[in-house]
Amino acid sequence: MNTKNIIFYVALLVLTAIAPFLFPDFRTQLATLWLMIVVAMTWDMTGGQMGYNSLGNILFYGTGMYVAAVISIGMVHDVGAYTDAGRLELMTFTERQYFVGAIVGIIGAGLFCSVTAIVVGYVTFGLRGPYFAIGTLGVAIAAGELVSNWGWIGGGQGISLPVYPGNFDVGKLFFYYLFAGTGVVLFMFLKWLYSTRFGAAINAIRDDEEKAEAMGIHTMRYKLTTWAMAAFFVGIVGGISGFQLIHFEPLETAYQTTNLGIFMVVCVLLGGKGTLWGPVIGAILFHFIKEVTWNYFLGWQWVALGALIVVTVVYFQDGVMGWLAHRKPQSPRL
Amino acid sequence: MNAIIEVQDVSKSYGGVVANKRVSMTVQAGGITGLIGPNGSGKTTLFNSIVGYHPIDSGSIKFEGREISKMPVQSIARLGLIRTFQQTRIYAAMDCTQNMLISLPHRKMKFLDAFSKHGESDHAKAERLLEFVGLYEKRFLNAGSLSFGQQKLLEFAMALMNEPTGLLLDEPTAGINPTLINGLIDRLKRANREFGITLFIIEHNMRVIMNMADKIYCLAHGEMLAQGTPQEIQNDQRVVDAYLGTH
Ligand SMILES: Nc1ncnc2c1ncn2[C@@H]1O[C@H](COP(=O)(O)OP(=O)(O)O)[C@@H](O)[C@H]1O
Ligand SMILES: [Mg+2]
Repeated sequence: MNTKNIIFYVALLVLTAIAPFLFPDFRTQLATLWLMIVVAMTWDMTGGQMGYNSLGNILFYGTGMYVAAVISIGMVHDVGAYTDAGRLELMTFTERQYFVGAIVGIIGAGLFCSVTAIVVGYVTFGLRGPYFAIGTLGVAIAAGELVSNWGWIGGGQGISLPVYPGNFDVGKLFFYYLFAGTGVVLFMFLKWLYSTRFGAAINAIRDDEEKAEAMGIHTMRYKLTTWAMAAFFVGIVGGISGFQLIHFEPLETAYQTTNLGIFMVVCVLLGGKGTLWGPVIGAILFHFIKEVTWNYFLGWQWVALGALIVVTVVYFQDGVMGWLAHRKPQSPRL
Repeated sequence: MNAIIEVQDVSKSYGGVVANKRVSMTVQAGGITGLIGPNGSGKTTLFNSIVGYHPIDSGSIKFEGREISKMPVQSIARLGLIRTFQQTRIYAAMDCTQNMLISLPHRKMKFLDAFSKHGESDHAKAERLLEFVGLYEKRFLNAGSLSFGQQKLLEFAMALMNEPTGLLLDEPTAGINPTLINGLIDRLKRANREFGITLFIIEHNMRVIMNMADKIYCLAHGEMLAQGTPQEIQNDQRVVDAYLGTH
C-alpha cells in the first residue's frame, strides 16, 4: 500500500470513530448503516465473488439473534422459564452478567452460524443458479416458521432481552461501535482474503465452475468455507441486533426475509457486485435513500423502495462500481 | 513401458444414441497416444468417460492401476489426470496471468496454502509457461479478448501449469492458424519429453497426429476400428474407408 492509500484508510477509520459525535442525533441510523454494510459485504462473498446468489442469508441474521440471546440468558437463568409468557417472577441481570453474556453470546452466534452454513450448504450447494437462490430462501423461511413454533425460545412472541445497563446515550454508542467494529474487521479481512489464492479460487468457481472442477480445485470445500465465513459475520451482527433491539420476534425481526433479506442483495447490486467497495457504497446509498423515502414519502415508502429495486435490477445491474469502471476503463479495480 | 490409462469394454449411450460401444484401449505411460475418427465417432465421449465427466453404462476405466470409472471429475483431476475442452474453456474475464495462477495444482497444496498470496515462483512459472506457448506478450490481456487459437494455447498452458501426470487434449489444433500448427506440434512433443507428461490427443487432422503419436487408435461409429503405429494406421484400409466414407 502506498502513502496515499494509507492516508485514505486512516482518514476513513477516524471518520468511523468520530461519526457518532459528528451526528449525535443519528447514532442509531449510523449503527444500522454499519449493519447494512456488513450484510451487504457478506452477501457479496458468495453472490458477487463466487457466483452463488443466496436469498437466504437472513437465516444467519435470525439464527445469530436467537443464539446470542439464548446463550446470554442461559448463562444466568433457565431459558424456558425466562421466555414463559405467563412468567410473574422478575428475572434480572447484573451489569457484569449483561456484558459477559452479550460478548459470549455474540461470538457463539457467529460460530453457530458458521456450522449452520456448512450443514445447509452441503445440501444447497448442489443447486445452481436460481435453484440455489430459491433453495436458500426456502431454508430461511422454514427456519423462521420453525422458530416461531418453538415455545422454549418464546415462539411467535419472540424474546425480550435486558436493556443496556447504564446511560441510554452510552448504550447507543456501545451498539454503534460493535457494528462499526465488526464492519471494519470484515472489510480488512475481505481486502486480504480477496488478494489470496482463496480469492482467486472462488472467482474461478464464479466464472466457470466446471472448468475449476476439471482443474482439480476443491470446489465444495471453497464454497462451504466461503459461506461459513460469511455466516460468521452475519451471525455476529444478528447477535448484536438482538441486544440493540431489546425485544425481537421471529418473522418480522429475526428472519425478515422480505426486508433485510432482500435489502442486502439490493445494496450489492446498487454498489456493484464482485468488488470490495461495491457493497459498502451500495449500503450507504441504499440506507440513505431508504431513510429519505421513509421520512418524506410515508405511506408510499414501499412503493418507492420497490421502484428502486426494479430500476437497479433492470437498468443498473453493474452498480456504481461497474459504472465507474465503464467510464474509466484504465483505472485499477479498487 | 506400462499402461497409465486402461479402458476396458466401456459403453456409453445418450438416450438412443450409442456413442461408445465396448471400447477398449490403453495409454502407455510417458508416450503420446492419438485418438482419431470421423466427426461423431465418439472420441469426445470417450474422453468425457475417462475424466469422470459423465457416468458410463458399463465397463472399467483405470488410471495408474486404480479404478476411476465411478469417481467425480475433481477427484480424478486431483489424481493428476486432466483434460482440455474441445470448445476451449478459459476464464474470459481474467487476464492470462490470472488464468495461469488459478491453474496451479491444488492437489499439491494444503488447504491453508489457499490463505497465502501467489508467490514469486508462481508468477515466474506462469510467465515461463506463457512464454512456452508464445503468449508472454499477451499476459496482461483479458483471456476473452484472445483469438480462438490463442485461447486454445492458453488452455494448454493452463493444463501444463497444473503439472498433470496425464493430459487429455481434445483437438488441440482445431481453429489454430495453419502456419502455427507446426509450432504447436513441437510444443506438444516438448511437453511430453521435457515435462514428462503422458499425452492422449484427439486429433482430426491425420497429418498432425502421424507426426506426434507413437500409438494411434481409430474410432468409427462408437466402436474401436483399428489400432497401431502411425505407419500401420496410415496403411489400414478400414481407416482410410472410414475417413473417406464421411468426407
Ligand atoms: N451430450 C450429448 N447428448 C446427446 N448426444 C450426444 C451428446 N454428446 C455427444 N452425443 C452424440 O454422441 C455421438 C458421439 O459424439 P462425440 O463423442 O462428440 O464425437 P466426436 O468427438 O468423435 O466428434 C454423436 O452422435 C453425438 O451426436
Ligand atoms: Mg469431439
